[in-house]
Amino acid sequence: MELFEAKNVDKIFAATQALTDVSISVKEQSIFGLLGPNGAGKTTLIRIINQITAPDSGEIFLNGKKMTRADISNIGYLPEERGLYKKMKIGDQAIYLAQLKGLSRKEASRNLKKWFEKFEIMSWWNKNIEELSKGMQQKVQFITTVVHKPKLLIFDEPFSGFDPINTNLIKQEILKLRDEGATVIFSTHNMGSVEELCDHIALINKSVKIEDGPTDEIREKYKSNIYEIRYRGDYNSVSRSLGQQYKIIGHTELKKENHLTVQYLNGNSNNDLLQALIPVSEILSFEEVIPSMNDVFIKAVEKSNKN
Amino acid sequence: MNKTLLILKQEYLKRVKKKSFIILTLLVPFLMAGMFALIIFLSLNNDKEERTIAVYDESTLFLGEFGNEGYTKYQFVPKEEFQELKGNLKGSEFYALLYIPENIYSANTAQLISEKQVPIELSEQIERKLSQFIENDKRRKVVAESGIPDLEEQLSHTKTRIQLNTLKISDSGEATKSSSVVAFIASYAMGFIIYFFVFMYGAMVMRSVMEEKKSRIIEVIISSVKPSQLMAGKIIGTALVGLTQVAIWIVLGVVSLLVVQNFFTPESAQQIGQSLMETQSQMNPAMAQAADQNKIMEVMEMIGNLNIPLILFCFVFYFLAGYLLYSSLLGAVGAAVDSDEDSQQMVLPVTFPLILSIMLLFPIARNPEGPVAFWASIIPFTSPVAMLARVPYGIPTWELLLSMFLLIITTIGAIAAAAKIYRIGLLMYGKKVNIKELIKWLRYKN
Repeated sequence: MELFEAKNVDKIFAATQALTDVSISVKEQSIFGLLGPNGAGKTTLIRIINQITAPDSGEIFLNGKKMTRADISNIGYLPEERGLYKKMKIGDQAIYLAQLKGLSRKEASRNLKKWFEKFEIMSWWNKNIEELSKGMQQKVQFITTVVHKPKLLIFDEPFSGFDPINTNLIKQEILKLRDEGATVIFSTHNMGSVEELCDHIALINKSVKIEDGPTDEIREKYKSNIYEIRYRGDYNSVSRSLGQQYKIIGHTELKKENHLTVQYLNGNSNNDLLQALIPVSEILSFEEVIPSMNDVFIKAVEKSNKN
Repeated sequence: MNKTLLILKQEYLKRVKKKSFIILTLLVPFLMAGMFALIIFLSLNNDKEERTIAVYDESTLFLGEFGNEGYTKYQFVPKEEFQELKGNLKGSEFYALLYIPENIYSANTAQLISEKQVPIELSEQIERKLSQFIENDKRRKVVAESGIPDLEEQLSHTKTRIQLNTLKISDSGEATKSSSVVAFIASYAMGFIIYFFVFMYGAMVMRSVMEEKKSRIIEVIISSVKPSQLMAGKIIGTALVGLTQVAIWIVLGVVSLLVVQNFFTPESAQQIGQSLMETQSQMNPAMAQAADQNKIMEVMEMIGNLNIPLILFCFVFYFLAGYLLYSSLLGAVGAAVDSDEDSQQMVLPVTFPLILSIMLLFPIARNPEGPVAFWASIIPFTSPVAMLARVPYGIPTWELLLSMFLLIITTIGAIAAAAKIYRIGLLMYGKKVNIKELIKWLRYKN
């Protein structure tokens, strides 16, 4: 069941086309990755979801109903460019921000204290923001994004400024939030985290959606007949045996075994490759290389730029 | 809770809790009261020092005629002692030496020799004594020579001081006493107060918007509330801070007035009155004669004749409307720029009419019916200050209504325009904004 849907969204700023006929749909209790190069239109789409700007045409739906201003209390939004009030106690501003999202003062204070204890930052409650490092501020911002238990969470580059330990902590929390029922839209340039977290992605380039689907399927789709083989044997005889049918992409010789990466050129099958290799080597393992999100991203964007 | 209310409360408490606000609010009235008390204290205790002045009268005109006055005593000394004292004033009992030369009648000068700087009151006292004596002496001679028996008396009758009582005929044909002085002071003061508050609190709104934009918290905020709610909360919250400040000042003013009244007993109050009268009579005896109790009553009556309810109503109206107009514009400026330098550049064109109106305050108060006064009080951007400066003199109803109507229309328009600039500007970074750019924003659709 879809929690969020955007249908045929267009947005133009002065002379810049920010979004062209973009549609996405986000399943309930899933993590949706919104990817794209800088300036592709991701932030504009996110701002439209948050009702900060309105689309020129197209519609957006939450829970099957057309979204209105009132729905924003069901959204938690962590923008890419974020900050906190400089001269306000951390506890006070967290409560204020939670109240703006519709929590009562009491509720806000209770929920916040739970999160502060969970992150072991209760001692910051009465500190000023200026006393905290950037990473510490990010933690507070993360909490203020999720404290009102929104159905839809939107994170724009949530890991920037975090060390690996805290990045991992936040990743775990995002997964936990999803498992507890939240739906997450997640925009990042960190492709490793997309592979780890996202159930579904959409790729936007130059205002147009160029790719959309479950993460596994997209990666499958960008496979390019590349295989990795671990074997024991002599590399020279292996490469001679492969001949002109295969393109050797990489080769490493280790003490006990060699690694070989090859690409099929003329519609060969796996059996063809094995037949070529078996006479000259002992095969230890054989598997197809699934492209990383990083490769998918680069390939998709380059392809769309060429068109 | 309503979100506008929440922002309003937040803005209000943030400012009211600030140390600088508390200090300024508490300090200003105490500073004023303290200054006032100091002046009274000084005027009471200033010249209690007993001084004896040695007088050497070479002209021999004054012998025995130089009476003691206040805490100052005069003692005539012969020439030898005078010469001796001149060399050794420090060791003597005298504070200063007064040398009256032989030719004082024609030269009109005398000398006061002292070690320390002589207080102005003392030198004025001596000057007055000398002048009065010589003037009387001259007059006596003229009277004696003229041979007219009651000339002295006739001359004293020639002393004249005309007091101009201005009457104003109101619409109902009733003449009331008005005083241009009282109205002038009232109009000047109110024009200034409006200017000061609109500027100070308008700038506060602007800084508050800029702070949110610069710290980048703005995107989170406007994903929770509408920009218009945010702006409304800010503007009203800041206005309440201003009203709180004024309210505290009024309370403190009343309290400190009571304290001052209790602190100074009736006797000391009388003393102040006397010393004030004295200085006045010293300065100009003719004026002092006119400045009797009735004068004070008259001023009170003139203040009473000002249309106080109308003035108060206009004050509140023009203060609120002027503040709304300028704070919404300044708020939009705060949203449009992202550095302090840029804001400086933008603030001047926006506040220029306000500054112009304060410069026009003097010509307006001097000639409240003139064309400058008329146009300045009708044009909405200058009318909050200019109209207030005219109201104490009385104002035709149609002019007042026209001015108010135009101001309301303009304020509504300004708020709508500001809201638009605000919404666009808040998320616009790294763009150098000028007036032309802002006008372009106004043409954008949502």
